[in-house]
Amino acid sequence: MTQTSTAPAPPGSSAPAPRRGERTRRLPTWAPWAAFLGVAAVVGALWPVLDLNAALFVLYTVVLGTLAVYLLTRAVEGSRRATDRLVTCLVVSAFGLAMVPLVSLVWEVVSRGAARLDGEFFTSSLVGIVGEGGGAYHAIMGTLIITALTTLLSVPIGLMTAIFLVEYARGRLKRAITFLVDVMTGIPSIVAGLFAYALFAIFLGPGIRLGVMGAVALSVLMIPVVVRSAEEVLKLVPNELREASYALGVPKWRTIVKVVIPTSIAGLGTGVTLAIARVVGETAPLLITLGITNATNLDAFDGRMATLPVYAYYQLTQPGVPPQFATDRAWTAALVLIILVMGLNVVARLISRFFAPKTGR
Amino acid sequence: MAKRIDVSDLNIYYGNFLAVENVNVSIEPRSITALIGPSGCGKSTFLRSINRMHEVVPGGRVEGKIVMDGQDLYGADVDPVDVRRQIGMVFQRPNPFPTMSIYENVAAGIRLNNKKMRKSDLDDLVERSLRGANLWNEVKDRLNRPGAGLSGGQQQRLCIARAIAVEPDVLLMDEPASALDPISTLAIEDLMADLKERFTIVIVTHNMQQAARVSEQTGFFNLSGVGQPGRLIEFNPTEKIFSNPDQKATEDYISGRFG
Ligand SMILES: Nc1ncnc2c1ncn2[C@@H]1O[C@H](COP(=O)(O)OP(=O)(O)O)[C@@H](O)[C@H]1O
Ligand SMILES: [Mg+2]
Repeated sequence: MTQTSTAPAPPGSSAPAPRRGERTRRLPTWAPWAAFLGVAAVVGALWPVLDLNAALFVLYTVVLGTLAVYLLTRAVEGSRRATDRLVTCLVVSAFGLAMVPLVSLVWEVVSRGAARLDGEFFTSSLVGIVGEGGGAYHAIMGTLIITALTTLLSVPIGLMTAIFLVEYARGRLKRAITFLVDVMTGIPSIVAGLFAYALFAIFLGPGIRLGVMGAVALSVLMIPVVVRSAEEVLKLVPNELREASYALGVPKWRTIVKVVIPTSIAGLGTGVTLAIARVVGETAPLLITLGITNATNLDAFDGRMATLPVYAYYQLTQPGVPPQFATDRAWTAALVLIILVMGLNVVARLISRFFAPKTGR
Repeated sequence: MAKRIDVSDLNIYYGNFLAVENVNVSIEPRSITALIGPSGCGKSTFLRSINRMHEVVPGGRVEGKIVMDGQDLYGADVDPVDVRRQIGMVFQRPNPFPTMSIYENVAAGIRLNNKKMRKSDLDDLVERSLRGANLWNEVKDRLNRPGAGLSGGQQQRLCIARAIAVEPDVLLMDEPASALDPISTLAIEDLMADLKERFTIVIVTHNMQQAARVSEQTGFFNLSGVGQPGRLIEFNPTEKIFSNPDQKATEDYISGRFG
């Protein structure tokens, strides 16, 4: 039995007495893995008996393996370490569970979209295509143009709002704007689309479809994201730097432009890039404001434009006969969209890496 | 040019809170004036009101007069930005600009204000300022390295170089050595002795020996209780303050019998 009283160790004793529930014996590091392997082997052997499938096999292995590791550790190393192992197993399992939808989604899109990830997909539009072939050149260009336009609209407005909030606004006005930005963050994307549609319909009549309308709708979604991320980043700039600049006789606006923004440029760039990634896959507002077209239209101020999400939507819902070719194109469009978003995330990381202030001793 | 500063009937507020009350003092040119006193008695607040940094804090305002060589610093037509160009400041914690190199940090006062200057003139100015701050020999080979990569004491001297590069008339220092080790502190004190040939220096310090070592005049701030305004209790030549002060409170504080 281990001692249950917590008498202090006698003075002079070098090693501290083992705490309650902790023994000095240790399992080798490979033991937990071996336990899991063993459990997997047993469950695998029972596969025909229990009539398992892959998901059930993993489930049984994880649950029973965790149990086995816990009991084994408890028997050898004591309850403290056993609890530690148990929680480790739970955390890792939870992580695995969270990865399941992500991995299966990527797997599904890649395996189905890879078929049409060819040169033609990136170079031709859908003009004159019935059935096989065709591509999404017009939709890719459309997405790039609309996203660029959205960024052009949202970043200045969003950044300036954030600068106003952090550097100038005080009291009630500040609270009011922050509240409105919060409300804007929660606007459903379809509402943003309807807003842009209604706005342009006032001037250009109902039934209007324009590239800029889509950009305006997406800006409604993107501006609050930019404001929020920029605000957080600007708040991180130490006040001491602003004061150092003021003390040199630099006016406030120039301090913001030349000290505050350069200091936070990495975070601002990252925030903007992630905000772009956030809106690049929006479908609903573009469905209303841009519609779809089979031809290439690069003029955002003249008529319908195709974009990747809407393209995927129409290829999937109105495939024609036989549906196979359009469905393939839809998956490839989805894959291109994912690649685009992942590329933007990589860009965001690179920005924060390269622009971060260097200390370099 | 070093200039003289006359403060009369100065009250300093944070919103409605009166932080410092009724300061009357004359600060001599080409000398070091030390301000001592317990924490929270308004030394920093007073110092920051001299170059109008106080009003950067929301709600910060002052009543009374500060006159520098005949010019009322709080006059209606005076731009606080101009005042700060004439009265430089060094802060308690070294705060070099992290995005800038050592060179750019020293040149910041020129560059940030978009003053045009020939490259060779700017090089000269940077070298002169770094020499003035006793830092040139340590950094002359790595002027293009980030300023944030220097040690704490070097960073503080970099900040001093940055402050003197704009050639102010007065240099305010708020506990410039309190975050530094003894050797760096000594370096800064030596530096101050050099700088007082050219500038009027006002320094806040918690270190009594430091005040005694470097300053000609010493002001003792005190406050009678929490929430009460701080006051300038005594202002006298440093020698007198440390040997035979007029006020009992000053003597108590200096001899450690405070509170
Ligand atoms: N930004 C601020 N807002 C409100 N009150 C402040 C601010 N800074 C300082 N104070 C108050 O002003 C008084 C003087 O502070 P300070 O000048 O920093 O004292 P010291 O530098 O002598 O330690 C203190 O009571 C402090 O609480
Ligand atoms: Mg202070």
